Amino acid sequence: MSDPLVKIRGLKLEGRSDEMWMPIINGVDLTLNRGEVLGLIGESGAGKSTLGLAAMGYTRDGVRISEGSVEFDGIDLLTASAAVKRGLLGKRIAYVAQSAAASFNPAHKIIDQHTEAPTQHGVMGRNESVDDGITLYNKLRLPNPETIGFRYPHQVSGGQLQRAMTAMAMSCRPDLIIFDEPTTALDVTTQIEVLASIREIVEEYDTAAIYITHDLAVVAQMADNIKVLLKGDEVETADTRTMLSKPQEEYTKSLWAVRSFERPAKPAINTGATPVVSIQNVDAAYGTVKVLEDVSFDIHEGRTVAVVGESGSGKSTTARCITGLLPPTKGQILFDGQVLPASYKARDKFQLRQAQMIYQMADTALNPRMSIGKIIERPVQFYMGLSGKALRQRVDELLEQIELEPDKYFNRLPSELSGGQKQRIGIARALAAEPKFIICDEVTSALDQLVAEGILRLLADLQDKLSLSYMFITHDLATVRAISDEVVVMKDGRVIEQSAKAEMFQPPHHAYTDLLLSSVPEMDPDWLTNLLNERGVDNIGDAAVDKM
Amino acid sequence: MQNVLKIILQRLALGLLTLLVVSIVIFIAVNLLPGDFAELILGQAATPESVASIRRDLGLDQSMVTRYFSWLGGMVTGDLGTSFAQLNFQTNLGGTGGKTVAEQIAPRFANTMFLASVTAMIAVPLAVTLGILAALYRNTVFDRVANIATLSSISSPEFFMAYILILFLAVLNPIFPSLSNIYEGMTFGEKLEKTMLPALTLTLVVTAHMMRMTRAAIISLLASPYIEMARLKGISPMRVIVKHALPNALAPIINVIALNLAYLITGVVVVEVVFVYPGIGQLFVDSVKIRDIPVVQACCLIFAAAYILLNLMADILSILSNPRLRHPK
Repeated sequence: MSDPLVKIRGLKLEGRSDEMWMPIINGVDLTLNRGEVLGLIGESGAGKSTLGLAAMGYTRDGVRISEGSVEFDGIDLLTASAAVKRGLLGKRIAYVAQSAAASFNPAHKIIDQHTEAPTQHGVMGRNESVDDGITLYNKLRLPNPETIGFRYPHQVSGGQLQRAMTAMAMSCRPDLIIFDEPTTALDVTTQIEVLASIREIVEEYDTAAIYITHDLAVVAQMADNIKVLLKGDEVETADTRTMLSKPQEEYTKSLWAVRSFERPAKPAINTGATPVVSIQNVDAAYGTVKVLEDVSFDIHEGRTVAVVGESGSGKSTTARCITGLLPPTKGQILFDGQVLPASYKARDKFQLRQAQMIYQMADTALNPRMSIGKIIERPVQFYMGLSGKALRQRVDELLEQIELEPDKYFNRLPSELSGGQKQRIGIARALAAEPKFIICDEVTSALDQLVAEGILRLLADLQDKLSLSYMFITHDLATVRAISDEVVVMKDGRVIEQSAKAEMFQPPHHAYTDLLLSSVPEMDPDWLTNLLNERGVDNIGDAAVDKM
Repeated sequence: MQNVLKIILQRLALGLLTLLVVSIVIFIAVNLLPGDFAELILGQAATPESVASIRRDLGLDQSMVTRYFSWLGGMVTGDLGTSFAQLNFQTNLGGTGGKTVAEQIAPRFANTMFLASVTAMIAVPLAVTLGILAALYRNTVFDRVANIATLSSISSPEFFMAYILILFLAVLNPIFPSLSNIYEGMTFGEKLEKTMLPALTLTLVVTAHMMRMTRAAIISLLASPYIEMARLKGISPMRVIVKHALPNALAPIINVIALNLAYLITGVVVVEVVFVYPGIGQLFVDSVKIRDIPVVQACCLIFAAAYILLNLMADILSILSNPRLRHPK
């Protein structure tokens, strides 16, 4: 057997925070042979991306390599000069970033960015490289491969950009590609196409790859071997099948177990009960663009309705209509049987109190300059009119409800909290109004699976204690399975299917629901292969959506 | 492209509106100046009758609103009015009529534009190049020296820089003439030589701003994912900055350049005085001294128009530098 392509030994990395160097990676070994795909998984903060970049001999600002060695094809990347490294990057080692939209330069056409590496490294001329780009676009099944490169990045959809970036990484036919969460930002139906394309092209050119992700099911489709990281330490490494069927370490087992959280089914709704929220024949538009058409569904007391669909399907717009941020152009919203004024401006405090929201990005939904205590105090003061001791007592009570110690967290700033804790503060803020109904807008999609599960369990407990009703907006069907009682599937601003959860996951369902369900990666390493064999490439993902 | 055209037309209309408001402000402000041309010109001989007669001749006895509209009407039709000072001398000498404001301002304005253009030709490329290099070699000795040098030059008074340059480039090493009295009939080369010292002085004054903005605008982009991507493609640092960062940093740079160019047109009185350069700034100051209201007002309006026009151009160029607006979905 020949020497490995990448050989990392005892690698330690440190990151700068508050004038101190804190360890990020504490001595990791990694070996990658030619043509092999290694999956790197772990939660955010585990050091996956840092390790991936270090394998290219690159560190971000504020990060440094303190110990260890990184060798690529026998070249020591840590001692190599900047010029030698530049000669390797782009040519023999390429990178595919998480957000293609942010990683393409908005000022240049896609093809100009594609040809840059080959022409700069002298691999081929510009014309040759353009032709090669078109060939790659064809192989990656991009629509209009002849012309798509001549567009600017903002004129192309996210999934297409992600494939164009994979093509760009392939432009010099590198020996190694680092894929850094390439499908995390995509819808399931788009993700599946990108996964299929990446896997195909990596196999065709026998490229070695490091595939970084936090999604186990995705990595199961892509990788030959899997390495699990936790807070900068390697937990275990094994080939994919062994890792899935016989994980050794407790941590790995707990990762595997996340997907098993599921609430027991609740008894059927009393016919004749007045729903807490009733959306009736709602149309809505942004300017002249119609975004909702004839949307109707009910949410009953103590129950969770999951609203599922891809980005742009109108899920969040429906929430905006319910809260009155976007008055519907037609139809009405009923609360406890009473018609709500269309605009939030016309609603009284009591009506406003009843519907609260929790947002996707806890980072941006909390005022970074206000302490946790102040953030929760505001709605308590505003809605409940409490002050002084009673106010402080209520805030403490709310903090206890979300399982954070009041004394410890009251004076902290949001920036001092982890993502999951911030999301808990968002929940407390919503609870402060003592609502009957809460809209959860993708509340777990920015969180790691373990943390997300904690949030889901908390929401479920609160529902049981306070008999809250939830509208749960999500595109993640695992979340739907875990928490919902009823499911509403939306597409292009319409409701295309609604049913109890059990029925939703039982065939036969609507063709689109079927497509959504079948696009969710499963932990079976053969899942993608089987699906492709069964359906063919044109019947998965967006291609199939377009046919509907 | 339709989109862009619409935005440009909107900005243009907004610019005209601003100019109208500014004209009102100028008119009121100039009329609030203490003293009066008639009294000033008559000096000791100012009897109430003679003052009133001159005021009547010049139309100063009419109400402010009437005078504003007749002035505005003249402006719109391109008639900037007649200079009080010129009118007076001509009448005294038995001439047949005054020199118009337009005739008086035109050559001065042309000179000012010439000086501004020469300065811009030197300063803008210099500042942008220095800014790019400072961004490329950020936090190195070069970066610090460039920053300190430009900052010191902007912090020193203009006349001081002017005399320093005269000392070194005219007195000790007679390379350029220290007086810049250009006049009609000079060849372009002669004019350029005479203009060099004031242009260099102004370059020293305006470079710092533009350079620092170029540097800051580029550096603020260096943490973006597409810059990291370019680096990970093995692109050389210079190319990363010029090809990947600069095109996205253009909007703020263009705006600072426009502000500095406007300053070159409107704010160079001191430099003109030091070098005896016959620009519009000197004319303006002289006219204020003798309360020659039509000239003062016309100068103010030209200054305002220059500001508005340059900012408008900056806006339009910023819009054009954004591919999202140039190529909508």
